Amino acid sequence: MLHYFEKQSGPAGNPPVRAILENVSRRSFIGGVLKTSGVALALQIVPGAANAYEAYPTGAAGMPHGVVSDPHVFVAIDKDGQVTIVAHRSEMGTGARTSLPMVVADEMEADWQRVRVIQAPGDEPRYGNQDTDGSRSVRHFIQPMRECGAAMRFMLEAAAAVHWGVDRSLCKASNHEVIQLSKGPDGKLIETDKKIGYGALATIAMAMAVPRPDQITFKDPSQFRYMGKGKTQIVDLHDITVGKAIYGADVHLPGMKYAVIARPPVVGGKVKKFDATETKKVPGVEAVHEMAGWAAPAKFAPLGGVAVIANSTYAALQGREKLAIEWEDGPNAVYNSPAYRDAMIAAAAKPGKVIRSQGDADAAFANAAEVFAADYTQQHVAQASMEPPVALARIVDGKIEVWAPVQSPYGTREDIAKTMGVPIENVTVHVTLLGGGFGRKSKCDFAIEAVQLSKTLGGKPVRVQWTREDDLQHAFYHTTSAERIEVALDKAGKVTGWRHRTVAPSILSTFAEDSGYQFKIEYGMGFVDMPFDIPNIRCENGQAFAHTRIGWFRSVSNIPRAFAVQSFVAELAHKLGRDPKDMLLEMIGPDRVIDIKTAGMPEDFWNYGEPYPEFPIDTARLKNVVNVAADKAGWGKKLPDRQGLGIAVHRSFVTYVASVVHVAIDDDGTIRVPEVTTAIDCGFYINPERIRSQVEGAAVMGMSTAMYSGITFKDGRAEQSNFGDFSVARMGNFPQKVNVHIIEPTSPTHHATGVGEPGVPPFAPALCNAIFAATGKRLRSLPTGEKLEA
Amino acid sequence: MLTISVNGKEIKFDGDPNTPLLWFVRDELGLTGTKYGCGVGLCGACTVHLDGTAVRGCQTAVSEAAGKKVTTIEGLSADGNHPVQQAWRDLNVPQCGFCQAGQMMQAASLLAKNRAPTDAEIVDEMTGNICRCGCYERIHAAVRAAAGGV
Ligand code: FES
Ligand code: FES
Repeated sequence: MLHYFEKQSGPAGNPPVRAILENVSRRSFIGGVLKTSGVALALQIVPGAANAYEAYPTGAAGMPHGVVSDPHVFVAIDKDGQVTIVAHRSEMGTGARTSLPMVVADEMEADWQRVRVIQAPGDEPRYGNQDTDGSRSVRHFIQPMRECGAAMRFMLEAAAAVHWGVDRSLCKASNHEVIQLSKGPDGKLIETDKKIGYGALATIAMAMAVPRPDQITFKDPSQFRYMGKGKTQIVDLHDITVGKAIYGADVHLPGMKYAVIARPPVVGGKVKKFDATETKKVPGVEAVHEMAGWAAPAKFAPLGGVAVIANSTYAALQGREKLAIEWEDGPNAVYNSPAYRDAMIAAAAKPGKVIRSQGDADAAFANAAEVFAADYTQQHVAQASMEPPVALARIVDGKIEVWAPVQSPYGTREDIAKTMGVPIENVTVHVTLLGGGFGRKSKCDFAIEAVQLSKTLGGKPVRVQWTREDDLQHAFYHTTSAERIEVALDKAGKVTGWRHRTVAPSILSTFAEDSGYQFKIEYGMGFVDMPFDIPNIRCENGQAFAHTRIGWFRSVSNIPRAFAVQSFVAELAHKLGRDPKDMLLEMIGPDRVIDIKTAGMPEDFWNYGEPYPEFPIDTARLKNVVNVAADKAGWGKKLPDRQGLGIAVHRSFVTYVASVVHVAIDDDGTIRVPEVTTAIDCGFYINPERIRSQVEGAAVMGMSTAMYSGITFKDGRAEQSNFGDFSVARMGNFPQKVNVHIIEPTSPTHHATGVGEPGVPPFAPALCNAIFAATGKRLRSLPTGEKLEA
Repeated sequence: MLTISVNGKEIKFDGDPNTPLLWFVRDELGLTGTKYGCGVGLCGACTVHLDGTAVRGCQTAVSEAAGKKVTTIEGLSADGNHPVQQAWRDLNVPQCGFCQAGQMMQAASLLAKNRAPTDAEIVDEMTGNICRCGCYERIHAAVRAAAGGV
């Protein structure tokens, strides 16, 4: 049996990460030097320093525990030259576990063939922020990882200098060895045939002090071996193809128990009474335990319910089926989706709390020759990662140990420590591969459940397995929403005023008492940052109170906002007899960086956590992706009957993405997508192959969200239970060909930005705009269904 | 007592004969390459071969496999180099990877019966396997690429 331990430990059976690093670095021969090495490198530019690199501030500084770039934390080299690099962000399919170590390897001139990657446990004070969401891994860690690699390269060169007794300037790291240089007759440095491998230098190098930022240099991009090339396969590729990659449910501990939990069908509900007589008759069932319930706002607290513990998953599942439970539903039993949708639309028809105000929208509407308006809605969506939530926990001598596919391992540790009332040092969280995350696995309720049950069982290892039904019925759902957009038009058909009202239960309700209003993070996702050049703009938020757990789902509020705004532009184009792409470019207006103040945007405008001057809204980049996508897609080309192109653009996670969707409607009304053309400007990029795969995947998830996937509630209960009634795109109908055009950065200020999420938002509006182009039918509610109604 | 051949090994099982193959190979044999994704035959993550043909491990009882040959992803090839596995690597198919064992088992079953499937035949065979990460374009291309090598 394949154990996680075997996977993580080296041939000698060493425990992971820390011990390896300690063996190599801490126990090295110049003990005293190491005192300085635990200090994180400060992220700062040294002005005028000869070898300074262009450091720039990012939102990483504002994240818990910021960044760490110390090579002693991330790199170990053994005597045979095997390099081990720590991946501290979770791998859920984006490729971060490969891309960031690859950056370190490239900067330190390591040969990727001789690098292995190990996964860090949850330990942010040591590694820096590990909260793998918000499309932040590369955005926030490209600089620290380059620093880490460059510092390691410096240390290896310094070690070679010590070894040979020459100046460091005569030592050049290159592909896993250091080459000695000598001064040629013309004073130029030339390579000699003296070389020494990284393995031979490891001990001295690791004992070197970490260089100051002004001492290190980044490689010139022309010298990159791996960055920007797209030739590096993901580190888990082989294991995945032979079934050896370890996900949450694949960790096995001796004596492990298997648990499933019957949770209250209505959020906030409780067990009134239950009868486990029949359950206990199931062979293999060993125990049944009631679990504590839930009170809002509960953050990521488990929902409570009744747990069945058995000696196999199958026995636990059968046992759960035989439970007779009477639930007390509580106040959220009033939640009925059709009525809630009507109420949201009604709220969007009335003035709400003003979030952005530029010019005088009231006057613009009062003086309008005509007002044009439309309402757009979306149902809830469950993340539905292929791997449902699962976690394994055990408690030995008061020390809690968890193995789980979590996006935020340190947050998980904190929540477990708090829930269980133990110091955080007593909690260890090992991160397995995630079989998809999409935001669901940022919430660690399932890991807390496993710990609670282990405690109930006296510390025995227990795995809590969620079924697909559990996953769909107890998600932290993507919000449901109504977005109303109105424009004031003058006699010439010019847009003089824009009013956007958003109504949706807020993610904030998961964390704090529900005010019915959204908050700055949701406002920042395609609502107040609307980039059009219109003199009078008003953005308002109407109240909607949550009756279920609301969470983030890949690209979050950007989905309904892009859907509304980008559909509306095409509707307006049609009304005014304009080409939708021309209309879009005209509405974006001249090239400029949007000034938050003059745009009347809120003072606390949330720019994905990034400093605005470094990551501003740049309309030139926005228009460029529109033009590239349109050109590559052959915008304007003649298409057969019942086919059409639709376009949409959206900036999210500080990345600019435009998509052209080509739609073809079958005779029976089935909506098909033969081709999608996407242009993505994510600035400086390091792994184009994974960017492509993320954009391809975003088109598929975009299609699922646009056409298939919706969660609705009846009497507080999610009505969908499995992939039969919660549909997702399948090979029978998916975007057949996704053409991805990655924009080359044209300025050093085009920093690396998000990739995992921003591909999703433009899809739904581009699809619906294409459907309109093909048929004249305008769809304003998501999901649309797979077939057009006749 | 049932006897089942799993990846060429004879296994005796005296547990509940209704146990789905999925849980049998995972919990009893520790063959965790086979995944749980839905439990009701709607996603294909649990796909294994029964006498060379793809079946849903969550919908096939151990008793139905008695006296037959079960193959899981771990046993698809001795060296991990089945043409399907190679094609999956050559085209960098996986994202999170969780669905991919099921996808590959489905593809290998198709290609064992049909060395030159049409596009439509590939779609028909593979549409029961969900990939939430959305790797379908590459999966389709990888099946096509592997077809040449089977
Ligand atoms: S787990 Fe068997 S088909 Fe989904
Ligand atoms: S690769 Fe993630 S579900 Fe298919």
